[in-house]
Amino acid sequence: MGPVNALGQAWAITKKDLVAELRGASTIVSMVLLGLLVVLVFNFGTDPGAKDVTLARSGVLWAAFLFAGVIAVGRSFATEKEAGCLDGLLLCPVDRAVIYLGKLVGNLILLFVTGLVILGFFTVLYNVGLGAGSAGLVLVMALASIGFSAIGTLFAAVGAGVRARDALLAVFIFPLLVPLIIAAAHVSTVLLAGQGLGGAGLWPWFLVVYDVIFLAISFMTFDFVVEE
Amino acid sequence: MDKGPARRDLMVTVLGAVTFFFMLVALLGALVWAPKEATMGDVQRIFYFHMPSAWIALGPGFTVVFALSIAYLATGRLKYDRVAAASAEIGVVFTTITLVTGPLWAKPAWGVYWTWEPRLTTTLVLWFIYVGYLLLRSVAGDGHRRARLAAVYGIVGWVDVPIVFFSIWWWRTIHPRVLTSSGFALDSRMTAVLMVSLAAFTLLYVFLLVLRVRIESMSATVQTLRFRARDRRGGGV
Repeated sequence: MGPVNALGQAWAITKKDLVAELRGASTIVSMVLLGLLVVLVFNFGTDPGAKDVTLARSGVLWAAFLFAGVIAVGRSFATEKEAGCLDGLLLCPVDRAVIYLGKLVGNLILLFVTGLVILGFFTVLYNVGLGAGSAGLVLVMALASIGFSAIGTLFAAVGAGVRARDALLAVFIFPLLVPLIIAAAHVSTVLLAGQGLGGAGLWPWFLVVYDVIFLAISFMTFDFVVEE
Repeated sequence: MDKGPARRDLMVTVLGAVTFFFMLVALLGALVWAPKEATMGDVQRIFYFHMPSAWIALGPGFTVVFALSIAYLATGRLKYDRVAAASAEIGVVFTTITLVTGPLWAKPAWGVYWTWEPRLTTTLVLWFIYVGYLLLRSVAGDGHRRARLAAVYGIVGWVDVPIVFFSIWWWRTIHPRVLTSSGFALDSRMTAVLMVSLAAFTLLYVFLLVLRVRIESMSATVQTLRFRARDRRGGGV
């Protein structure tokens, strides 16, 4: 079983999740709606006439992303469990790392797409001229999605094995995501202020390092989470 | 066989007595013997309890959880998991003490209860991670499954804490800082009291850990005995 084969297997899992999502489309709709609602609700908390609102604005963006994202990763294992498919998935004659990778990529795509939709509405509702910063924001969204789905997928698998999973998932993963949110909010504040990605210094690299660290740990520990 | 538990009991009692003695000395030192701080006055005395609590929370408390989580995953011995759980419980207590005594001291010293300074914010995030770890244990059933899931959280959480600290520190050095945590020069008597207090708190941590692990082991034994009794009755309920 070569590495190409393993990637193909992982992609089969991802494709299964995406097809199921597209047929039902329940997760992404609730994600996008929740994200937009957070943007809307937080709007009432900030003074529209205030001078320096860019910091608060990027906070709104990432709060919306966090709440929407926790739905996505939570569903990824909960639906399997509810349908009794998790055992079947684990019985597949593939490496556990392949299962993790497949789930991770599925979550990553969901998170990234939802993040882009939230970002689009955010720019319209807050009247932010993105211009040169838009490519940078898409990049930050991608990096944040990778880190989020690395930790999120791991703990969604943890959550699938315990009682009262939905409410607790956020409690488990939000503290772990603090550095990710700080970095993402900082970079997007710089970008929203009209500076290029260069103005953010090494922060984009911090996101890369964070992603690499937690991808590595998650790959190493996932085996123990789903062991029966 | 009979002598083992008795000797262990004696050692726990001795450990308790030594901890009590050190704690008494630390209390006397902190409240009576240590000189009054020039600018902050008596409120500075909270430092002798605040700093040792933070040490237990950030140092041995969580590091023991991490080390024993790895040990459990490597060996599959539930004993390690029990010690990790005990350490997390004690860690949450000391983190809470740190978070309560800190603002009490900060209000008269800095004029505010809280500032988003790296050490404070990291301690708060650490508190959330500890509580998350204990919540996970409380919903994860028991036995090896709980141990495995908790161990993964213990490892990921421990790795996260320095990254949290670093990110906040870096973020704060770029943004203007409202308050700087200016230190104060420690008088030799103050240092002595602090050292005694650190020793007392570390002993207290070990003492509580031993007691907590003992209770966990006992409850595991009771569980085993109960199963055995049920089997003897003929497999019925």
